[in-house]
Amino acid sequence: MTSTLVENHFRIGKLPHIWCPGCGHGIIMRSIAVAIDELGYDKNDVCVVSGIGCSSRAPGYMDFNTLHTLHGRALAYATGVKMANPDLKVIVITGDGDCAAIGGNHLIHASRRNIDITTVVFNNNIYGMTGGQYSPTTPTGEKGTTAPFGNIDRNFDLCNLAKGAGATYVARSTAYHANMVKQQVKAALENKGFSFVEAVSICPTYYGRKNKKGDAVSMMEYLKNSTVNVKAADKLPKEKLEGKFLVGEFYKSEEPEYTEEYKKIIDSFQKER
Amino acid sequence: MTASKEKKLYVKKDWCKGCNICVAFCPMNTLELKDGKINIKDIESCTQCGRCELLCPDYAIYLGGTEDGKK
Repeated sequence: MTSTLVENHFRIGKLPHIWCPGCGHGIIMRSIAVAIDELGYDKNDVCVVSGIGCSSRAPGYMDFNTLHTLHGRALAYATGVKMANPDLKVIVITGDGDCAAIGGNHLIHASRRNIDITTVVFNNNIYGMTGGQYSPTTPTGEKGTTAPFGNIDRNFDLCNLAKGAGATYVARSTAYHANMVKQQVKAALENKGFSFVEAVSICPTYYGRKNKKGDAVSMMEYLKNSTVNVKAADKLPKEKLEGKFLVGEFYKSEEPEYTEEYKKIIDSFQKER
Repeated sequence: MTASKEKKLYVKKDWCKGCNICVAFCPMNTLELKDGKINIKDIESCTQCGRCELLCPDYAIYLGGTEDGKK
């Protein structure tokens, strides 16, 4: 037996999941299920779409309508799902490589269109599934199998990217802040438009090992100690923000939603008949 | 301040991967790893805050009802 939440929202036969010991993805996946549970959505009204990667294994375990699609193309498929059935609550679960590298173009255009999709990025700063190659969110100077002497690329700030591209809800939380993930996913699902939640995860097996970050517990301690809430950040002196990153809700606005605008076009022709 | 006695702490050892997160973040030091798997060391100290359930990546520990057969 297991908890009622897991029983009701996961495919028990597929558990335990294949993620490594201490991987933060399980915590974030559970928070998404809690968010859906607390909002009281019918399971048949929710569609979870993913691409390829560690994070993208999640829909295999979640008991909703699910789609496991091509690498980087989760948002393209999700756009199709949403256009075909605008009443569905579409959630995209993606990783940093899936969403920011191969799927980067889909991300900016889904943001630009403001289509009502909730995107949750499980950001573990590395390509875990394929063996620890550095990703667009691996911090400069950090190591990966393809950057054994340190990564010279500058890393993406995914929240700024989504905001700049036009997403109407942008937030960041971490695997340590599991309740914050839940609250942000709830707010994202309630937002009528493109919502982007970056959930910073931990990868003790590759990112942690390559960069001598210690075990899962020390990586969780790092998330705990190196985050500052965006609400508190303005009041803190600059030196206290050094080496830290911000969590919280960064941006929220109201813009015309894509499927609604499309429906207006259809309606305008139907009235003419 | 005692939490409701309606709930109990359960562990599902075959799902535990021994990552030690619940042990490290339990505020009451209730848990331990035994042979690489989660074990409740001292149930009396548990305040049922639910942090272990919240932070367990493998859903191997949870607060559940008191119905029989839930272990």
